[in-house]
Amino acid sequence: MTDATSSSMPAVTPVPGKSSLMTQDARTRKRNAAEARFKAYGIVAIAAGMLMLLILVFNIISRGTGAFQQTFVTMEVELLEEKLDKNGNRDPADLAKVSTFGYAPLLRTAFEAKVAERGIATELEPKAMAGILSAGAAAQLRDFVLADPERIGTTVEFEFLASSRVDGYLKDRVSRDSIANDKNISAEQLDFVDQLIELGVVEKRFNLAFITGADSSDARPEAAGMGVSMMGSLFMMLVVLALALPIGVAASIYLEEFAPKNWLTDIIEVNISNLAAVPSIVFGILGLAVFINYMHLPTSAPLVGGLVLTLMTLPTIIISTRASLKAVPPSIRDAALGVGASKMQSVFHHVLPLAAPGILTGTIIGLAQALGETAPLLLIGMVGFIASNPPDSIASGLLDPNSAMPAQIYEWAKRADPAFYERAWGGIIILLLFLITMNTIAVILRRRFERRW
Amino acid sequence: MNDMRILERDVDTNAIKIAARGVQVYYGDNHAIKDVDVDIQDKTVTAFIGPSGCGKSTFLRCLNRMNDTIDICRVEGDIHIDGEDIYDKRVDPVQLRAKVGMVFQKPNPFPKSIYDNVAYGPRIHGLAKNKAELDDIVERALRRGAIWDEVKDRLHAPGTGLSGGQQQRLCIARAIATEPEVLLMDEPCSALDPIATAQVEELIDELRQNYSVVIVTHSMQQAARVSQKTAFFHLGNLVEYGETGTIFTNPEDSRTESYITGRIG
Repeated sequence: MTDATSSSMPAVTPVPGKSSLMTQDARTRKRNAAEARFKAYGIVAIAAGMLMLLILVFNIISRGTGAFQQTFVTMEVELLEEKLDKNGNRDPADLAKVSTFGYAPLLRTAFEAKVAERGIATELEPKAMAGILSAGAAAQLRDFVLADPERIGTTVEFEFLASSRVDGYLKDRVSRDSIANDKNISAEQLDFVDQLIELGVVEKRFNLAFITGADSSDARPEAAGMGVSMMGSLFMMLVVLALALPIGVAASIYLEEFAPKNWLTDIIEVNISNLAAVPSIVFGILGLAVFINYMHLPTSAPLVGGLVLTLMTLPTIIISTRASLKAVPPSIRDAALGVGASKMQSVFHHVLPLAAPGILTGTIIGLAQALGETAPLLLIGMVGFIASNPPDSIASGLLDPNSAMPAQIYEWAKRADPAFYERAWGGIIILLLFLITMNTIAVILRRRFERRW
Repeated sequence: MNDMRILERDVDTNAIKIAARGVQVYYGDNHAIKDVDVDIQDKTVTAFIGPSGCGKSTFLRCLNRMNDTIDICRVEGDIHIDGEDIYDKRVDPVQLRAKVGMVFQKPNPFPKSIYDNVAYGPRIHGLAKNKAELDDIVERALRRGAIWDEVKDRLHAPGTGLSGGQQQRLCIARAIATEPEVLLMDEPCSALDPIATAQVEELIDELRQNYSVVIVTHSMQQAARVSQKTAFFHLGNLVEYGETGTIFTNPEDSRTESYITGRIG
């Protein structure tokens, strides 16, 4: 309050016929109603989007988490000398002659011993008992023995993967009704499994091998893992990052800051925009024609995959880099030129650091797009390939045949066994975790760059 | 227009720093500057006045070849600084701009620290041999920019965090840190309040000791206050050029008179 006014409001006599601020006129009411309607549409649209997202996330998690758990069977197996080393001389050459087939009897014996020891009532043949194990169980024994022949003759406790049917039974995917016509497992075997569960011999646990392991053949879905295809994706991303970022940023800086504006640069601009919209499978067939058929680079190699994805990612990086260069105010360029900086100094000292957060975000979004891309990989043979071992060096990582995460997921999804279907969903969880991580890194880096001033 | 200070100030020297003859500037098909002849003296503040779009900023930007950065801009005629043709093929505009500094209409400090803003020019031109010398140059420039006392305790704070007037004085300090011979100022006070304007004007008057200052301004009062010579531009023509006192009190051309009395513009 100032000295000039008194403490009470001055009295005003209302003018008849003059509209009051206290009542809304028809026009205002109409405009307010339109605004309220528009807000409601927006909220409905967002709610619909969120609902879809929730359904998607719920679906993926409910179907995919099973893949991270696996059923294991704990068994003591006596590594009988008369089966594994008839000569008794532990000669590795002789030991290697015993095939996985030769190890199968040990498993049967182990089950017989278990039944006798724990007093399990079952009419199953020993062979049928061993049938609850993964087909890879004998190979697991053999690898163990060949690693150290001195282990022959001892009794060792093993954790075997259960077969995918038994695993499905523990995850409620397989029931006694569903296996009526199944040759791989019988109701009696499930009864036997029930008894073993009670004894704690069969149990479901977290399965690290799904994250670190390699893909497996059609017959052993329980052994399939994402690890090797993750390495494939990693090496592809390294190639993409090493090529697409420098090429893309250099091209954008030249086009945006140095190139004269004429018909040629106009054509280049239009073409870059169009390239961003080219279906990725076109890049795949280009990669097949150029990198594999013409340049004779190895098929299915992450190097080729990376080159193809680089072509695909370049337009994204160029467009986002140019946009962030354009967003730097021209006054900064003027300021730099005004104190006598050269064009290049003004770009590298002032414009580029200011554009860096945008460039970084564009690059990571481009990488994320490339990480999830499947179609071009179909054409260069990175799908349907079973890589059994993770690469042991950078060269082998780049040049040896491998798969990639989305290709692996696609591969699992098209196999017949429902156990693979579950792994496809699990693979999607891993892929999404990677994408979320990348986007988080993008946000963090962006924040850090921007917080400097 | 009556400003009491006009008559107090004389031109200290008659040495010609910049000579322009027959300068034509085209933006595409638009003829922006028409046949301008002007001699700008050393250690003098020369003001360019005129209505918006009359070409005074365009002409100013010809003097350090900032128009080179605009693709469609074409400059004809001769502009000599110290007798050397700055549009000669052998002249590198980058070298020219180190000699002819510029302050822009909107304060445009780099988004770096106050220190780095001023040190940038000396660094890229290699004016300092070591950190101590650079510190000296920065301090001297900030002192001459009349902003040292306000920022000496926060040299490493961002330059963009200063007020508008401080930012503009920082930009002036940045421009003089490279030891230019000519300082071009394109409406340096248009974004500032009256107090900051007064500070900058005082600064301009001090800078006259060492530099030839060319200032573009919309404010006739400002031209009258700070300059010794004034050039009036209208529709791309240099209408009248002479002693500031004469231009404001006794103009020859009727257009100049109309402008300074507020009838056109």
